[in-house]
Amino acid sequence: MAVKFTLNGKPATVDVPAQMPLLWALRDTLGMTGTKFGCGKQLCGACTVHVDGQPRRSCGTQVSAIAGKSVTTIEGLSADGKSHPVQRAWIDEDVPQCGYCQSGQIMTAAALIAKPNAPTDADIDEAMSGNLCRCGTYQSIRRAVHTAARYRGKA
Amino acid sequence: MTAMTPKLNRRGFLQASAAAAGGLVINFTLPERAKAQAAGAPAKVNAFVRIGSDDSVTLMIHKSEMGQGTVTSLSQLLAEELECDWKKIRTEFPGVEPAYAGGGMMGAYGSLSIRTSYAPLRQAGAQAREMLVAAAAQKWGVNASQCRAENSSVVNTATNAKLNYGSLAEAASQLAVPANVKLKDAAQFKVIGTSPKRLDTPAKVNGSATFGLDVKRPGMLYASLERCPVFEGKVASFDATKAKAVPGVKNVVQISNGVAVIADNTWSAMEGRKALTIKWDEGPRANTSSASLRQMFMDLTAKPGAVARKVGDAGQGMAGAAKKIDAVYEAPYLSHAPMEPLNCTALVTADSCEVWAGTQIQSIASQTAAGITKLPANKIQIHTEYLGGGFGRRGGADFIGEAVEIAKAVPGTPVKLTWTREDDLQHDTYRPASYTKFAAGLDADGWPVSFTASVACPSFGGMRNGVDSTAVEGIETIEYGIPNMQVEYHAPDAGIPVSYWRSVGFSQNCFFMESFLDEMAAATKKDPVEFRRKLLAKANPRYLNVLNVAAEKANWGKPLPTGHFHGVGVVNNIGSFNALVAEVSVTGGKVKVHKVVAAVDCGQVVNPNIVTQQIESGIVYGLSAALKLGITLEKGRVVQQNFNNYEPLRISEMPVVEVHLVASTAAPGGIGEASTPSIIPAVTNAVFAATGKRIRTLPIKAADLA
Repeated sequence: MAVKFTLNGKPATVDVPAQMPLLWALRDTLGMTGTKFGCGKQLCGACTVHVDGQPRRSCGTQVSAIAGKSVTTIEGLSADGKSHPVQRAWIDEDVPQCGYCQSGQIMTAAALIAKPNAPTDADIDEAMSGNLCRCGTYQSIRRAVHTAARYRGKA
Repeated sequence: MTAMTPKLNRRGFLQASAAAAGGLVINFTLPERAKAQAAGAPAKVNAFVRIGSDDSVTLMIHKSEMGQGTVTSLSQLLAEELECDWKKIRTEFPGVEPAYAGGGMMGAYGSLSIRTSYAPLRQAGAQAREMLVAAAAQKWGVNASQCRAENSSVVNTATNAKLNYGSLAEAASQLAVPANVKLKDAAQFKVIGTSPKRLDTPAKVNGSATFGLDVKRPGMLYASLERCPVFEGKVASFDATKAKAVPGVKNVVQISNGVAVIADNTWSAMEGRKALTIKWDEGPRANTSSASLRQMFMDLTAKPGAVARKVGDAGQGMAGAAKKIDAVYEAPYLSHAPMEPLNCTALVTADSCEVWAGTQIQSIASQTAAGITKLPANKIQIHTEYLGGGFGRRGGADFIGEAVEIAKAVPGTPVKLTWTREDDLQHDTYRPASYTKFAAGLDADGWPVSFTASVACPSFGGMRNGVDSTAVEGIETIEYGIPNMQVEYHAPDAGIPVSYWRSVGFSQNCFFMESFLDEMAAATKKDPVEFRRKLLAKANPRYLNVLNVAAEKANWGKPLPTGHFHGVGVVNNIGSFNALVAEVSVTGGKVKVHKVVAAVDCGQVVNPNIVTQQIESGIVYGLSAALKLGITLEKGRVVQQNFNNYEPLRISEMPVVEVHLVASTAAPGGIGEASTPSIIPAVTNAVFAATGKRIRTLPIKAADLA
């Protein structure tokens, strides 16, 4: 079944079984491997993308459910791959270690700092607690989300 | 460091060998180098350094990057002596070559990457620099002593003329490798000891970093493998009819440990796998349970074991003691659960095998592929990708062997095998469970005069005289100066595959030992830090120093917020020393870790930021084990399925971590596994301070606190 949607601002079509999770359509069919597989059960957040601006677990989102919608992946967060406030903060605070969970962390953080108020530590813990990191970059993430919120204010 | 002697490489050319201890084997003979350059590739100055005519510097990172920072820290070792422009550095993960094996295995394990690279990579950088200087001197027709390298150029000190490395590389690569180059003293370091931004960060914030799971090859198919749910079980028979009817499924093949479904995408392979009908021969372990294993371990410790360490006469010491205490400590099996599920892509043809994977040990990956394909080593190519976490799990090659077996069944077609998270938790090579009986005799003043331990812990392999030293490390290695000591070991045949899990034997034994030491202190109400200070008086002074720094920085003994309590854990592992003080509260059967203060002496620091990251990382890894994780077994099967019932620490549970690096001129120690052992007793000892409840079994449960 061919599904049409917008991917990182451009029209996209995938012709895959309708039940296929968006995660695998992105990775295997569309070649967008920045979105990661971590658990397949919406438990770890590694596969987080934005659907119409909201963070969604792509492992639990069927391709059929995104027809006509706008999907943003880590590859589409900024045109140059480094200038989104969250990307800038992640670079400046040297957040990633192994880096595998970071696409999901960044997509969740990007949705958080898009809200009008600067996040508190409690806001960060609440918004980010669905994103697991086995390397334990949590303290750097807290710091970098605050930094990203500041960058967004300046932008 | 392994000293190198000249030897033949696999093509039969004599390799040049640096004379310095731990010297670098320059792996490219002149004809090979000329050939490579004819193709327009950057000039290979030596095995670790390539320089392009565009002045780019490509450094070969022979230790896999799994988050521990090798891409950056190994580049620093090379750049320090190479005198190259940091901004011009690119990095690559090379294939398996003798130059990258250091006389042993090519791999990143045991927190050894810096320790084994510290001398050889500075040497390689210095040799390359000297060759570039010599090439410039030749061009100018001057003596090399008149030339100086700086910032990717060679300067003629008499004329101030400059030639950049790009213009010299090809000529330099034709020169003989200098045997003796003088390395800088630590006081002259400009790059080592600083924290440049990690080189791998830009690719990790925009999705462009290629992990094993991101590999795509032309015509590639995707596989998912159903394994017997019981360890050591086998396929009796299977029916693939329904699986083959799933859209996208191309093939179903049986391999040595299961049935693989091959499809044109990952999801179809997983769906096809669900449709398989398999009859298993569950084998001899089908009745194993956590309870049966515990009984087995317990029964063993009732008998005398193989002696791992004997000091004085523990029995006599115990007989003369004024007070005796004893306790049993237990730790469960643990899964590594790196965020990137295991995966491997393989392509097998009649005369070649290519493997793309995140592997910690390329040599084992290569040997595994050679064993399955029966091809000679030089027909096996291992392509290393970024590792989405390792923690010891990717040191093994089980997942690589599976992919090669599957690819061998469809020759000429690349196949990517992807494990699910359920596969990962239920078919790991686990951190072994352990059951350990302790006893101590204290003198009239409360100081230990005798100590015994009987450890039952499945062996990691490598038994000597009945003792697996890895399984008792952290108990038999203590430096607390107890005059009579006996540590005994039992190796249960549990039938559960085990392997190295970040910090290995220390991961459970440091919890046991540092907790039981706290019990000794508590027996006569001594302060845990003071107690350790006295016992460490004759140990390596670095031990006492980290304890003192951690206690001071944490304000040990000073008032804390109401309901908060301190606990301490100290460890000397992987050539480094650290002490951690955890600040904890316990409310309503729940432990909250508010803050951790770490003091770390890992010798010469290459990158302070990365060391700090690794200490934080090890703390989070250990905290997950202390508070949350355990693998249990029923009917020979692992009970845990996914992050729902094997749930690592989340950001909302993350304490503030403060890391203090102790200045040291000692040789570099390891860092990746340093803090995982010590955080666990730091927390459980704080729980005791808070509640009077002694935690002797992990993970901490609400019932243990009531």
